[in-house]
Amino acid sequence: MCTTCGCGIGQTRINGKTVQLRRHAGTALRYRPTQSDHAHTHEQAPSSVTDLPVPGTIDFGAGIAGTHAPGMSQTRMVKIERDILAKNNQYADENRRYLAERGIFALNLVSSPGSGKTTLLVKTIDMLRDRFPVAVIEGDQQTDHDAARIRATGVPALQINTGKGCHLDAHMIGQALQQLSLRNNSLLFIENVGNLVCPSGFDLGEAHKVVILSVTEGEDKPLKYPDMFHAADLMLLNKCDLLPYLSFDVGQAIAYAQRVHPGLPVLQISATQGGGMPEWIDWIIAGCRRAAAISQTAQPHDS
Amino acid sequence: MHELSLAENILQQIEDTAATQTFHRVKTVWLEIGQLACVEQESLRFFFAVVTEDSIARQAKLEIIGIAGQAMCQECNRTFPIAAYYEACPHCGSDALQITNGDEMRIRELEVE
Repeated sequence: MCTTCGCGIGQTRINGKTVQLRRHAGTALRYRPTQSDHAHTHEQAPSSVTDLPVPGTIDFGAGIAGTHAPGMSQTRMVKIERDILAKNNQYADENRRYLAERGIFALNLVSSPGSGKTTLLVKTIDMLRDRFPVAVIEGDQQTDHDAARIRATGVPALQINTGKGCHLDAHMIGQALQQLSLRNNSLLFIENVGNLVCPSGFDLGEAHKVVILSVTEGEDKPLKYPDMFHAADLMLLNKCDLLPYLSFDVGQAIAYAQRVHPGLPVLQISATQGGGMPEWIDWIIAGCRRAAAISQTAQPHDS
Repeated sequence: MHELSLAENILQQIEDTAATQTFHRVKTVWLEIGQLACVEQESLRFFFAVVTEDSIARQAKLEIIGIAGQAMCQECNRTFPIAAYYEACPHCGSDALQITNGDEMRIRELEVE
């Protein structure tokens, strides 16, 4: 449907089951009847000052909020003053509270398609499964191929199909959390839809966004897609075993990323050959310990 | 970013507001969109028109107020306008900038009747 990025509505699925859209979950909405619903015609009355500017009346046409005088006409101003994504952020806060209470360390993995997210996850799970209970939420437009690859490692994985949608949102993750029944002090990976643009603005309630850039891509991607690198707390430079065969400039890529996000930590890894993986594993373990410690301070009775 | 999703979020907040503050038609919606926010304004306008069809915000005018990007340099503590995340401090050349303005996406107010 979307001509910009291919996103759409009404096709979201979790493990193949259709997900109810939020807008239709509540009570019926009061729609203004369309013209075609009327069998008769109304005498056309001036519906607003904007439609029919009359000399001597207040000019609403300037289009600048704050110039209106409430009470001078049928129209009035309603202040909202809220973030457009306030609803998503509310769901994200709920997810974050749910995860914090249980000492669960959640990471939101974001990258363009083909950077090696799923391979990285499979290797990471192999290295960590004996230390923590691990679970994965997989986001893809279609198929459950990735969830199947994760399940083959023996850890639970839930596949969210976004249909035409180009990112996961906090409401989807909230529903997934209900279905996953995660263990306390566990590790949750959320593999977002492969897309360097849309997932950047949607908080899922995770502890950190981790952006993965592979050396088979251009080193200027952090400049081309700055929002994602700005939103991430860690950058993994993947497929570093291929560097001898490429003209990729590692120093330049890191410099670009840190120009967009000053101080962004970067780890150079190779998921397939294992290079740099111990540092990545250490980073995760430190996060898991922090999450577990915080939940114990908050709820000493909850083990 | 995902402008369709943003448009749906805007409509949802309008409908939530309509449920508490009685009005039957939205004539104008004012948004504040920062220069650094990942929003394509033309795309947002297009999707807003699509999702508000058959809603109380049908044919509502969308007024987008641009908020200029602004950053503070963490080296020299000066504040200055920026147009992109990758810009450096024009005074000392440092990349260590903190965004102080221009990454917001807010619904400011509605004109309703």
